[in-house]
Amino acid sequence: MALPAYYTTGQRLWHRTYLVYCGIVLFFLVMPLIAVIPLSFTASPFLDFTPGMLRLDPEAFSTRWYKMMVGDCSAADITTVCSDKWVIGARNSLIIAVIATVLATTIGTIAALGLSRVDLVGRRAIMAFLISPMIVPLIITAAGMFLFYAELKLVASFIGVILAHTVLGLPFVVITVTATLVGFDQSLTRAAQGLGGTPVYNFFRVQLPLIAPGVISGALFAFITSFDEVVIILFLGGAEQLTLPRQMWAGIRQEISPTILAAATVLVILSILLLTTVELLRRRSERLRGMSPG
Amino acid sequence: MAANAIEIPTSASGELLTADGRPLKESLQRSLRRRKLTALALVAPAVVFLFVLFGMPVLYLMTWSVDDTLINEVLPRTFDIYEQWDGEALPPEPHYEAMFKDIADATGIQIGRGSTRMNYAKSKWKSLMKKTKRKIKALLNENPDFAGPYKETLLEIDKRWGDIAFWHSLDIMKNPYTAGYYLNAFDLKYGFDNEIIQQPENRRIYKTLWIRTLLISFIVTAACLALGYPVAHLLATLPLRYSNLLMICVLMPFWTSLLVRIVAWMIMLQQEGVVNDTLVALHVVDDENRLPMMYNFTGTVIVMVQILLPFMILPVYSVMKGISPAYMKAAQNLGAPPAIAFLRVYVPQTLPGVGAGVILVFIVAIGYFITPELVGGKDGQMIGNYIARHLRSTLNWGLASAMGVILLAAILILYWVYDRVVGIDNMKMG
Repeated sequence: MALPAYYTTGQRLWHRTYLVYCGIVLFFLVMPLIAVIPLSFTASPFLDFTPGMLRLDPEAFSTRWYKMMVGDCSAADITTVCSDKWVIGARNSLIIAVIATVLATTIGTIAALGLSRVDLVGRRAIMAFLISPMIVPLIITAAGMFLFYAELKLVASFIGVILAHTVLGLPFVVITVTATLVGFDQSLTRAAQGLGGTPVYNFFRVQLPLIAPGVISGALFAFITSFDEVVIILFLGGAEQLTLPRQMWAGIRQEISPTILAAATVLVILSILLLTTVELLRRRSERLRGMSPG
Repeated sequence: MAANAIEIPTSASGELLTADGRPLKESLQRSLRRRKLTALALVAPAVVFLFVLFGMPVLYLMTWSVDDTLINEVLPRTFDIYEQWDGEALPPEPHYEAMFKDIADATGIQIGRGSTRMNYAKSKWKSLMKKTKRKIKALLNENPDFAGPYKETLLEIDKRWGDIAFWHSLDIMKNPYTAGYYLNAFDLKYGFDNEIIQQPENRRIYKTLWIRTLLISFIVTAACLALGYPVAHLLATLPLRYSNLLMICVLMPFWTSLLVRIVAWMIMLQQEGVVNDTLVALHVVDDENRLPMMYNFTGTVIVMVQILLPFMILPVYSVMKGISPAYMKAAQNLGAPPAIAFLRVYVPQTLPGVGAGVILVFIVAIGYFITPELVGGKDGQMIGNYIARHLRSTLNWGLASAMGVILLAAILILYWVYDRVVGIDNMKMG
């Protein structure tokens, strides 16, 4: 960014300081995540940079933690714990997250359709209630579910965890889809209706394709919420409901090994992919609405 | 006027009619009602779903915080006649008889849970109840037709039954509702005449805990503002192609799993971690005096700031984005030095965003559980950690829910303020 020529030395200095300060803050934000990636390729079983790694000695690097993460224990030695728990956890997380996302997206999109109608009575109150799982601290939600789901016999069951994760994902879907519907031209549905389509047919053929970016990004939020969820699973999950975050939690608390870093690296890459997808969808949605030139 | 030529159907009283002969007004009302019902039917599944699986659990948690019926189920006879006692001297025979029979009839589990509750009111109740239960069981095994004298027998079993303080402490437990857990949450409890007194010195931990929770939330919020404001400004003023790139730095941590970020910080902050290694290599600190930055208060704060910083930057950024640079230029043209123009013209316009960010970060910080649990050590624990502990380890569900309700109330008040300042509908993500 070029500075205006009339800036005094003091102003220039101030501007430099400001840029450096911002640089440090941004560095502070991403540095820990970047440090994880090289360290996951360490050969030593400890979580610090060995002198060998700093010298870029190929001997100091290995992919054995990745092998152990996917359950290949041939790379394990006597000091390290190797099991297929990471694989089981990833599979369970995926199953739970997919079902919870489908439920949350379906219920949430339908609710957003209702919320976007001008005729809805008590719109503000309903909206506030629907997004309240986002506001109530997770620990309180988890505590309430822990006690109440026990009465419903939903503790230590996949159904309980899936329903709880659906609750957490719902507000994200409601918010993103409602926001997308603000830019939706309602006369299109009226036109479709005038041409003789049934409401359900019109929704799937006219409205849904146009609001799809909002629905998908809501679904992605719901997915990542479930996939990363730690607190609820600690309270509601039994031995069977081993998810990736739960395995990670156990790893941090008990046998801290670079396998965690391998898993973390995979998750960082996954989050970058998801972030890119959501960003692309947002731009596409804005372009469709004609709000930004591109 | 051509319209006058068309014959408009009207009823006898002159009302407009629709094609099917109904009054137009009624017809419109019907269609409006139908549209209202459709809108309601669309939101209904979500509302019902959330109410059953989220609203009811939270309400149920609240009932636990005042519920004191358990003890009335364990000792029904005792509480039935408790009022008849004057409270001056030791209670007479019928009271001992009631207590004896209640203990004899209660199951082992009931005695266990009941006596745990009784112990909150007065210590030593637990051991007294368990011992008495054991002795009564043995006595009834030997002599199933035992019919007194009850007072003498109980006093023989344990001389504490002759301590009037135990009998007085029953008074607080009689009521099926109690505010006792709320008092406990602030290091208070009921004394003998139902007056509120402080907990003994060695059991006062919660006041410190609340203060620490608030302190951590304040420090984290202040740090997020100090770090986030300039960055939001930079992102809002840079040309789009640069700011998009920098935005990734803000959004990437936001999208990364919480646990991954905590692991990352462990690598950075531990004794042999990256930060300490760098400081030693730069000779800032000695190898022996590596800074303890993990498993304490400092660790909790550093990690929480990094985790919550995007929650500050994003709302401030979105407000700054809408401020035209023309204002600053105008202020400077009118003779204001840049610093004054910034403080008097720019900053006031960003206040809605700052307010949103501050309240959002504070709300999220105050209910934190995972981060302090993993990196907090002893002096970085927050209220959330104690809620979890009382739910899962000590099984003092009453106290856990009372603490949860207090926390929730605080957050709802802040949320209400947030709604006033920014409005729920303006909540933005990503």
